[in-house]
Amino acid sequence: MNKPFAITLDVGSSLANKTGSWRTERPLYRDLLPPCNEACPAGENIQAWLYEAEAGGEGYERAWRKLMEDNPFPAIMGRVCYHPCETACNRTQLDTAVGINSVERFLGDEAIQRGWTVTADAAASGKRVLVVGAGPSGLSAAYHLARLGHDVTVRDAEEHAGGMMRYGIPRYRLPREVLDVEIARIVGLGVTLELGVRVDDVLGAMRDEGFDAVFLAVGAHIGKRAYVPAGEAARILDAVTVLHSMEGEEQPLLGRRVAVYGGGNTAMDVARTARRLGATDAVVVYRRTRDRMPAHDFEVEEAEEEGVLMKWLSTVKRAEPGVLTIERMELDETGFPQPTGEFEELEADALVLALGQESDLALLDGVPGIEVEDGVVRVGPNLMTGHPGVFAGGDMVPAERTVTVAVGHGKKAARHIDAWLRDGASEAAPKHGLAGFGELNTWYYTDAPRALQQTLELARRSSTFEEVVQGLDETTALYEARRCLSCGNCFDCDNCFGVCPDNSVLKLEGRDREAAGRGYAFDYDFCKGCGICAEECPCGAIEMVPEMV
Amino acid sequence: MARPPVKFFQVGSFAAGNRLLDEEERSVQADHGRSNALTKGHRACQGCGEALGARYVLDAAMRATENRVIAVNATGCLEVFSTPYPESSWQLPWVHSLFGNAPAVASGVAAALKAKGRADVRVIGQGGDGGTLDIGFACLSGMFERGDDVLYVCYDNEAYMNTGVQRSGATPPAARTATTKPVGAEPGNAFGQGKNAPLIAMAHEIPYVATATVAELHDLEAKVERAMELHGPRYLHVLVPCPLGWGSESRDTIRIARLAKETGLFPVFEAEHGEVVSVSKIRRRVAVEEYLRLQRRFAHLFGDPPRTDVIERLQALADRNVRRFGLLEEAEAA
Repeated sequence: MNKPFAITLDVGSSLANKTGSWRTERPLYRDLLPPCNEACPAGENIQAWLYEAEAGGEGYERAWRKLMEDNPFPAIMGRVCYHPCETACNRTQLDTAVGINSVERFLGDEAIQRGWTVTADAAASGKRVLVVGAGPSGLSAAYHLARLGHDVTVRDAEEHAGGMMRYGIPRYRLPREVLDVEIARIVGLGVTLELGVRVDDVLGAMRDEGFDAVFLAVGAHIGKRAYVPAGEAARILDAVTVLHSMEGEEQPLLGRRVAVYGGGNTAMDVARTARRLGATDAVVVYRRTRDRMPAHDFEVEEAEEEGVLMKWLSTVKRAEPGVLTIERMELDETGFPQPTGEFEELEADALVLALGQESDLALLDGVPGIEVEDGVVRVGPNLMTGHPGVFAGGDMVPAERTVTVAVGHGKKAARHIDAWLRDGASEAAPKHGLAGFGELNTWYYTDAPRALQQTLELARRSSTFEEVVQGLDETTALYEARRCLSCGNCFDCDNCFGVCPDNSVLKLEGRDREAAGRGYAFDYDFCKGCGICAEECPCGAIEMVPEMV
Repeated sequence: MARPPVKFFQVGSFAAGNRLLDEEERSVQADHGRSNALTKGHRACQGCGEALGARYVLDAAMRATENRVIAVNATGCLEVFSTPYPESSWQLPWVHSLFGNAPAVASGVAAALKAKGRADVRVIGQGGDGGTLDIGFACLSGMFERGDDVLYVCYDNEAYMNTGVQRSGATPPAARTATTKPVGAEPGNAFGQGKNAPLIAMAHEIPYVATATVAELHDLEAKVERAMELHGPRYLHVLVPCPLGWGSESRDTIRIARLAKETGLFPVFEAEHGEVVSVSKIRRRVAVEEYLRLQRRFAHLFGDPPRTDVIERLQALADRNVRRFGLLEEAEAA
């Protein structure tokens, strides 16, 4: 008797019984669009780079490279982005959002410390592109165009590259060493950067120098003025100029008591800068209430922590040397501020206007086909202006004015310029359905609160321009990355493989895994279609679809 | 819990595995090379909790014993759906005799192994709640009393599902079965009858008694592993929802098992030598209604008018379990 251990009778195997024929619905793996990705103005695939970062170690570099496919400024983004991704994060409905922004900064800083770089591997196209403006939008476009194989020249009127990242965002939010490294990396791709050169004649440059396309990204550097009746010696400045002059040799003289007029992020930046320059009083005067203020909450909070005072429902009626006349406002039923006729005085050595910015569009004078509306240039869905081959993005086109939006414009414009140069049209890949909170089985996620970024001690930060928000250390960054729920995208938790009562989820390894592009496959010969895998998938990456009968 | 939670991960503590976890922190079920003691092609219904539970338990036992384990099966769904002659789904030595004698046959297999000096081979007896709590109860009690070296596993789906959903000693109060119709003033199964097999097993003061569900894989596997470290009679009672008999969606099998524990209706604990040594705390407590509503066997409680009085009595049972076993974290209980 030659039988296996303890076996006495020959048996057939149930593998002969293909129970897959019972099925009326079949499970399918799917990828959904995570809300963070959907919310990212720069079009980052956040879930994908967090997935890599979760591995730690060498995963950080993979994560950074994934991030760099969409955004050349991880270290900058990790400091100045207003992270709409975190607002959208599904984890807010469990505990708090994943600290995406702080992990991004960790990756950006890791890259700087370790000297990671990227290369332009596409074959040279032989096409030349001129980028006007070395701000976030222009540099982003230059980066992507260079990686697509084009010959790119960036021109900027300033002495240093960076645009508003340098001349608008104070150092305590974005140290210049970080900015310099990330710009140098783009130059390292072979992008020609010409500084101190103002482009006045776009078409002339195209014609005379043989550029095949132009991307305009001149930003919005002119502070909006409001008419404030003022005595002769009253000191009135605009916020853009103040912040700009912080980059020069001489720091602006604001005096001991500074009033800032406006309620945006720039107003906060100026007020906080004034505090650092030695102002004892920095007062933000805003005509509405805090909840209607365009400045982001954390900026207002950080400003208040640093001793910046807020004067709500107030307008400046008149400026005299050393004193302002303020009128108290009231919100009407539509939420619009109305004057009350009640006045008071506010002592101030200087009034800084932070009432928004405008673009200098002189370089477009005489270019046929260009349309300007409300001070910004009209562009099509592909970011091309009315003049063929001339594209525009960033603050000079109608959009929200943030660094991240500008970076996104740069990437989008690069894609369309590339298509245009190759006589094609760029079709964005179809978007997956959204991975809403309801798609998740949150039972599986371990409770884990967010690791907070350390903030500098208040006393230190209101007197220096050292960076306010500190980065995460390695352990904390890893912890934070691993809080990601991986909404709508498989992250190899083995749950479907584990919970199938019919052993009909196959775990793939090696070559099988590579061929399938994911770690699991269904064995439809035996799957009865019970749907447990889909129900118990933590991240909603399995759907049940009716069988065709 | 029998196993400290893995703190830092997305799903370290609760999902089957995770690519980032060390192998030993993943469940047996996450292992590409798991033995699949109960292989595919079996004829269990869609979403069968028992098929899942049996594979979980036996795969873990096979790993713990390096595949040196013999299973003795009582009559029941598990036996019928896995072995319609000449097919078998079993990937381990497996014996079936009668409905009521599985514990006795298991005792016999253990005695034979002892006689042969095969201390390395372990024995598992297994059956459903009918074969265990009712028909095989005397044999089980004898096996406990004699101190036989057998782990007996009861897959509890709370009725005789194989023969058409008749009431068993494990059927919960108010549940509709073929023999407890949802009619009259006290519809469904009567309150105050039936038996609590784990507590009766504990009363035998045997080395190990534990309860588990198919919803907490890590917990279940840790208990099997613990049981295989010990010798003598051991008893494991696993709640395995039955979509057919309970009238639930096949996809909800694990969800319902989870709710059974999270409501307090099915306390999950382990005991050694007659004393409770650990309790799985409730993580997200829910009212029994959330559990009951997913099952048509309780549909008569939600008619017009709803039987809130009966639902309240079921809630009181859950609350009693919470107190009796200390199912809440201390902060919550206070």
